[in-house]
Amino acid sequence: MRLLRNYVPQLTLLPSLILVAITVYGFIALTMVLSLTRSKMLPRFDRWEGFSNYLKVWNHPRWEVALENFAIFGILYIGGTLLIGLVLAIFLDQRIRIEGSLRTIYLYPMALSFIVTGVAWQWIMSPDLGLERAFHIWGWESFRFDWIKQSDLAIYCVVIAGVWQASGFVMALFLAALRGVNQEILSAARMDGASGPSIYWHIIIPALRPAFLTAIVVQGHLAIKSYDLVVALTRGGPGFSTELPSTFMYEFTFSRNEMALGASSAVMMLVLVMVLIVPYLYSELRNER
Amino acid sequence: MSVEVTNPRSGRAIANRIMVYTFLLLAAALFLMPLAAMVFTSLKSMPEITGAVGFENNTILTPPRAPTLEAWSTAWSSACIAVACDGLRVYFWNSIVMVVFAVTLSVGLGAVNGYILAKWRFRGDNIIFGMLLFGCFIPFQIVLIPMARLLGILDMAGTLSGLIFVHMCYGIPFTTLFFRNFYVTIPDELIKAGRIDGAGFWSIFLLILVPVSWPIFVVSIIWQFTNVWNDFLFGASFAGADARPLMVALNNLVNTSTGTKAYNVDMAGAMIAALPTILVYVVGGRYFVRGLTSGAVKG
Amino acid sequence: MKLTKTFAVLACTSALAAPAIADEVEVLHWWTSGGEAAAVSVLKSDLEGKGTGWVDMAVAGGGGDAAMTTLRARVTAGDPPTAAQMLGMTVREWADEGFLGNLNDVAAAEGWDDVIPPAVQAFGKYDGNWVAAPVNMHRPHWVWGSAKIFSELGLEMPSTWDEFFAAADKIQEAGYVAVAQGGQAWQEATVWEAVVLGISPDLYRTAIIEADDAALRSEGIVESFEIMRKIRGYVDPNFAGRDWNLATAMVINGEAGMQIMGDWAKGEVIAAGLTPGVEVLCDVAPGTQGSFLFNTDFFAMFDVGDDKQMAQQNMAASAMSVNFQETFNLAKGSIPARTDVPGDKFDVCAQKSMADLAEATASNTLFGSLAHGHGQPAAIQAAYTDVVTQHFNSDMSAEDAAAALADAVMAAK
Repeated sequence: MRLLRNYVPQLTLLPSLILVAITVYGFIALTMVLSLTRSKMLPRFDRWEGFSNYLKVWNHPRWEVALENFAIFGILYIGGTLLIGLVLAIFLDQRIRIEGSLRTIYLYPMALSFIVTGVAWQWIMSPDLGLERAFHIWGWESFRFDWIKQSDLAIYCVVIAGVWQASGFVMALFLAALRGVNQEILSAARMDGASGPSIYWHIIIPALRPAFLTAIVVQGHLAIKSYDLVVALTRGGPGFSTELPSTFMYEFTFSRNEMALGASSAVMMLVLVMVLIVPYLYSELRNER
Repeated sequence: MSVEVTNPRSGRAIANRIMVYTFLLLAAALFLMPLAAMVFTSLKSMPEITGAVGFENNTILTPPRAPTLEAWSTAWSSACIAVACDGLRVYFWNSIVMVVFAVTLSVGLGAVNGYILAKWRFRGDNIIFGMLLFGCFIPFQIVLIPMARLLGILDMAGTLSGLIFVHMCYGIPFTTLFFRNFYVTIPDELIKAGRIDGAGFWSIFLLILVPVSWPIFVVSIIWQFTNVWNDFLFGASFAGADARPLMVALNNLVNTSTGTKAYNVDMAGAMIAALPTILVYVVGGRYFVRGLTSGAVKG
Repeated sequence: MKLTKTFAVLACTSALAAPAIADEVEVLHWWTSGGEAAAVSVLKSDLEGKGTGWVDMAVAGGGGDAAMTTLRARVTAGDPPTAAQMLGMTVREWADEGFLGNLNDVAAAEGWDDVIPPAVQAFGKYDGNWVAAPVNMHRPHWVWGSAKIFSELGLEMPSTWDEFFAAADKIQEAGYVAVAQGGQAWQEATVWEAVVLGISPDLYRTAIIEADDAALRSEGIVESFEIMRKIRGYVDPNFAGRDWNLATAMVINGEAGMQIMGDWAKGEVIAAGLTPGVEVLCDVAPGTQGSFLFNTDFFAMFDVGDDKQMAQQNMAASAMSVNFQETFNLAKGSIPARTDVPGDKFDVCAQKSMADLAEATASNTLFGSLAHGHGQPAAIQAAYTDVVTQHFNSDMSAEDAAAALADAVMAAK
C-alpha cells in the first residue's frame, strides 16, 4: 500500500501516456508500415511494395510543386506572422488607449475556422467580386488584385490569408513576452542615454528570444499542417499550382485511392516536423534545470 | 512596462504617436475586412447582394442599405441542410455538448499531467514530457484511418463519446504543455510547505495549485474550445448521424456548389457558427495574453 | 480513480447516441443542394410510407471527396452505412474490397436486367451480382448557349469545332465572353474528354477506356490538346477557381455565349425560372453526335447484418421505382437509369439524351465518362486530370502534353 502511494504521480500519468502512445506513436508507426505496402483504398498489409512508394512520391510532379510551395509558404508565413506580430506587439505596448479592443481585433481571426471564413476570402480575392471590383466602383479604376487567378501568384494569396489568421496569436505571444522584460535593465539602459529604437534593437528584441523560438515552432507546425486554408481558398488551383504537402497527402490517400503513396508523403511530412521540433524540444528541456 | 520611443513632450513624439495610432487602426481595418464582408452580406437581401435594381454598385464591403435579419433566422431555424430543413440550431447544441465534455476532459487531464511533470520529479520525466509534446505536431489527416479502427475496437464508432474521445486524445499534449510550463514557474516552497502541513498528492494539487492556476486554465480552455469547436475532419468522420457537430452542418450548407446559392444565409450560418468562439476570444482575450505572460510561452 | 471517472463520463455520453433501430436505412450522400435534396426527400418519404426510417448522413464538399473520406472512416471502424452514393468506378473498387452486399433478389423481382443499359449494369454488378442501384444517367458533353446572344448575332449552335470557334469569334467581337469556363481540374477534364470523343469515338475507346500507350501518344491526342489551347483563348481571364454553376450563370444571364458542361447545368437553368432548350440552348459537344458518355449515381449497398437487410432491399426497390426515377431526374437534370421511364415530362434536352442513348447503345459508342468516375480507377483518372489541367493552365505545347499524359498514365497503371 505504501509502495503504491509512492507511485501515485506515475500511476496518475499513466492513462494519458497510454493514450498518447497509441494515438500518436502507434499511429505514426502504422503509417510508416502502410507506406511500404500496396494499399489502395483501405489499409492492407498483405501486399508489400517497399521503398519505391517514396520514389514515386518524390518523382511526382505534384509533389515537386507541393515542396516548392511549402518553401514559399513556410518562409513567408512564418516570417510574415513574426514580423507583423512583433510590430503590432511593440506598437500596442506604447500605452495605447484602446489596447483591449485592438488586441481583440487582432486576435479574433484565430477563433475562426476557414470553413467559416473561406467564402468571404474567396470573394475578397476574386477580381470580379471582391477588392478589385470594390475599388473600381469607388473610383480607383486601375487597381489590380487578381493574384488568385494566376498560377504563379495564387500561393501568395494563401500566404495572405494565413498571415491574417495567425498574426494575432504571434502578437499575443510577443506582447506577453514584452511585459516580462526585466525593467531594471531597461532603466539602466535609459540612464546610459540609449534612445528608444536602440533599446528595442539591442535589449528588448534579444530578450524576446524565447518568445521567438516558441513562435517559430508554433507557426512552423501550423504551416506544415495547413490544409483548410488551401482548400477554402483555391482547392489547390489554378491547375495544381497551390498544392501543399498536406493537400497532396489528403488527395492521394482519400481521393485517388493511393493510400500507400499518401502514407509515404505523410512520413516525409513527419520528418519535416521532426527537423523543426526535435531541436526545439531538446533545447527547451535542457535549458530548464 | 513599455519604452517610449522618444521624450513624450517633444513635437516629434506627437508625430510618432500619430504614426503608431494610424498604423494600428489601419491594421485593425485590414483584420476586420473579412468579418465585415460576412456581417454585411448576412444582413442583406438576395436582390441587394446581386446588385438588382435599387441596389446598384453593391460590393462585398458596402454596408447593407436595407438591413434585414431574415437570413439569420433562416440559417438558425429553417435552412435546409440536406434533407432536413430545421436550420443549424440542432447542430449547435450537438457542438455545445461535444465541446463541454471534450474541453473539460482534456483540460482536466492536462492540468494533472502538468502538475506531475512540473512538481513530482521522477526518472525520465523529461523524456515523457518531450514525447507528450510531440503529439502537438501530428497532422490530423494521417490519424484518420487508424483512429477509425481504434474507435471500432472500442465500440465507440459513430457515437458522440467516440468523437469526444478523439478530441481528448489530441488535446492532452497541448494542455499538458500549457500547465507544465505554468507550474514550473510556481515556487517549489509552496509545495514543500503544503507537504509539511501533511497535504498529499491530490490535496496539494486541488487546494494549493488549482486556486492560483486560473490564468492558464483560461488559456487552455480558449485553445481547446477553439480547436474542438472549429474541427470539421473528425466531426465528419466520427460523429454519428444524430450527433453531428455544427461545422459539418455548416459545411453542408456552404460547400454546395449546385443551385442558386443564398449567400446571405450562408454568411449568416457562418456567423452563427463563429459567434461562440468569437465570444470566447472577446471575453477571454485579456486573460489569454495575461495567461501567456504567466508562463505558457516560457522558452 | 481518474481512469474510472473518465470512463464513467464516456459511458454517460455514449448513452446520448441512440443505437441504430433495426428497420431504418442510414444513407451517406452528397446531395445537399436545393433540387437534389428535394429529390432525396422524395425517396425518404417514400420509404417512410413503407415503414422504413431514413437516417441522413450528408457530407458536402469536393464533389463527393469529403463524403468518401467519411465513408472510409465508417467502414474502417466496422460501422458502414446501409447505403452510400457512389460513382461507377468507386462501386467497383468497394466491391473489390468485398464490402458490398447482394441485391440479386430485389433485382430479379423488379427485372433490373431488362431495363438498365448494359454499360450501366457493368458498374452496378460485380461478379454477376447486383451490388448497387443506379438512379440516373448524366451526360457530361453538352454545349449550352445563350439564346439571347445567339439570336442577336444570328448564330446557330455549332456542330463542328470550326463552327464552334467561328461562333466564338463573333461572340467575342460583340463584347461578350465567348466561353464560360470554370477553372477547376474536373471541369477542364470534362471539356477535354468531350474534345477527345468529338475527334472520334475510337480515340476515346483506345486512349481513355483502354488507356493504350500508343493511342495516348497518337496524333489524335495532340490534336485534342491543340483544341484545348484554342478554347483557352476564348475563356475570360477570371476563370480560375470558378465554380461550374457560376459559369452556367454567365450563360443564363447573357454575359457569356457558351459553356461546355454536363446536363446538371439544367438544374441552374430551371432554378433561374427558365426552360432548357428555350432561353438556354442545348446541343452535344462538337463532333459527339451519335456517341454518348455517361456518369451514373449509384446507391451502393453495404453488406449489413440480417436485421437491416429488409430495409436495405426496400430502399433499393424504391430507388429503382419508375416513380422515383422520374421525380429525381426531373430535379437533377439527368435522365433515368431505367430505359422504360416515359420521357414526356422531360425537357427537349433530356428527350434528346434519351434518343441518343438508344442510338449510341446500338452503335456501340456508349462509354463511361473519365472525368466523372466511369472511365478509369481513381488513381489513373487523376493522372489524366493532372496533365489536362496542367496543360490548360500553362503554355505547355500539345506535343509535350500528349507525351506527359502517356507517361503519367503509364506510371499510374
